[in-house]
Amino acid sequence: MSTQASHTIAEPMHGTIRTPVSPSPKPSRRPWSRDRIERKSLNILRWAVIAFFLLVTLLPFYYMILLSLKPTEALLRNPASLIATPAELTLDTYIQVLAPTSGGGQGFGTFLANSALVSIGAVILSLVIAIPGAYAVARLPFFGRRQVNALFLAAYLFPAIVMAIPLFVLFTRIGLRGSLVGLVLVYIAQTVPVAIYMLRNYLETVPVSIEEAGLVDGLTRFGVLRRISLRLVMPSIMATGLFVFMIAWNEFLFALLFLVERRDSWTVSLGLSQLSGSVEVPTTVLMAGSVVLTLPILALFFATERLLTGGLTAGAEKG
Amino acid sequence: MSIAAPRRRRTLAQRDARTGLILISPTLVIVLAVVVVPLLWSILISFQRLRLLDVGKADLFQALTLANFERVFASGGLWSSLGTTLAYSAGSVILSISLGLLAAMVVRKPFRGRTFVRAAFLLPYVAPVVAVTFVWRTMLNPQFGIVNEIGQSLFGWAQPIPFLSQAQGNWDLLGLDIPVPTALFTAILFEGWRYFPFAFLFLMARLEAMSTEAEEAAMVDGASRLQSFRYILLPQLMPVIALLAVLRTIWTFNEFDDIFLLTGGAAGTGVASVRIYDFLTVQRNVGAASAQSLILSLVLVLLLVIYLYMLRRRGEKA
Repeated sequence: MSTQASHTIAEPMHGTIRTPVSPSPKPSRRPWSRDRIERKSLNILRWAVIAFFLLVTLLPFYYMILLSLKPTEALLRNPASLIATPAELTLDTYIQVLAPTSGGGQGFGTFLANSALVSIGAVILSLVIAIPGAYAVARLPFFGRRQVNALFLAAYLFPAIVMAIPLFVLFTRIGLRGSLVGLVLVYIAQTVPVAIYMLRNYLETVPVSIEEAGLVDGLTRFGVLRRISLRLVMPSIMATGLFVFMIAWNEFLFALLFLVERRDSWTVSLGLSQLSGSVEVPTTVLMAGSVVLTLPILALFFATERLLTGGLTAGAEKG
Repeated sequence: MSIAAPRRRRTLAQRDARTGLILISPTLVIVLAVVVVPLLWSILISFQRLRLLDVGKADLFQALTLANFERVFASGGLWSSLGTTLAYSAGSVILSISLGLLAAMVVRKPFRGRTFVRAAFLLPYVAPVVAVTFVWRTMLNPQFGIVNEIGQSLFGWAQPIPFLSQAQGNWDLLGLDIPVPTALFTAILFEGWRYFPFAFLFLMARLEAMSTEAEEAAMVDGASRLQSFRYILLPQLMPVIALLAVLRTIWTFNEFDDIFLLTGGAAGTGVASVRIYDFLTVQRNVGAASAQSLILSLVLVLLLVIYLYMLRRRGEKA
């Protein structure tokens, strides 16, 4: 498949140089120059590398879905099988993993609700806080702007494990440990700096002249932000929101530290990690849990991939 | 009007400055409250005797002591954990950036299905860490994992390899017995797999923004593909690679989730962040955990300073 694809694509571009069977149209050209050998071998190598990368990136996810649809006995009987016969396929694993513990399941339905609650809460609050902040950083010459920028960068880069201990102590003292609210607070602080960074990049693309026109027409700065700039960068704001959602949904350390004692407020990540340590829950059922955990994120990511990657790497393009 | 104009502009600038402060203050408050203050507090805690049980009621300004640091240094695990962290970080950073560079190079030219391939390459980075570590653990499982199963039936491994629970294994390579820290090696492989998309994204963005003129000129002058990569592309990518190296070093150095979820810090993968967690939850000694995290931060800052210094000197030479 790969050689064929390379042909159809490469042919129009290098038609005269390739096709080794037909005699070269320019006989004067050295037949085996270093460039030609390199080009040929690199082209083959390139497809081999692409195939390799596709294999290692896709296989684990394929394996995850495959196991989640199999009964445990089928896995133990034939561990090396990479296909599932139609007779084997089952959705029981999903029913088992999602059902509440009172119904004999693993309670992932509750975990899903917790994760959704925490993530959506973090997105909304983080955006409400970050949008004005990003606008100020992008446009308004307030006192200490550079220091604020540096502070946010430092906060973004600062390792979670170091923050974890004082926050653990702090939240225990004010009684927020073990509650989803405390978790949301931590997620806001972790995501606001990166949200500001992304939003600032977007807001800077709004032409200053449009904003000035708004000011001349009698809007306040706040009005300009709300009625002009925000409307213009709406898609990017959604992308930033989704990025925050991904961080909050995938987060593990703080969920572990804050919620581990209270099973009814576990997030999906925490639930999966806790249950995968025990022997009682079958691997295939937990694989169904992994799919449940992974699927929302992948769906969101691929729906917004262009926007997200553009916003994150804007700095690199300049550089 | 013309006289009033300068005054008006000045007041607008002043108004803007005030609006700016108002708009930034919520962010500032939360970053100060949840990042800066706890950070300072953590330094304080590392000099205090604080047990997990007393966390709720202990006096905030109790007597200072160096006992935590004595404990962290004395237990002997500090240097080995820092060594493991260093090896783990260096291996992961180099591997993930190299893989990212390779991936960015092979999808550089347009081909059919490129969008799909690029999206697939991002999967490991986007997926939740708990889910992917679980899949890896299942795939590498010695009893029913597919990797060992295929290794035994296809590549003739004598017995299953306990990838995540073996501290040291001997690989028979051309008759030589080479000792390999299996679990650490697997963890580094995992990091390379999980974070190459990050490097890939940044390098791809840079490659796309790059003008092809220099490359074309080199081609006309007879440079081969590898030469033009070595002498034209790579120098232009170097700033991005340097940035990636800094970012990935910062994050990998303190990485907790991946190691904790893969091996739990056992079998020679006890990096410093897992040790912090152990101090906190197993030994229930908040002060010692804090002291360890302070040491870890200091080592990281030291590394970054050395790195930036080296970059600077190289920049001055060039």
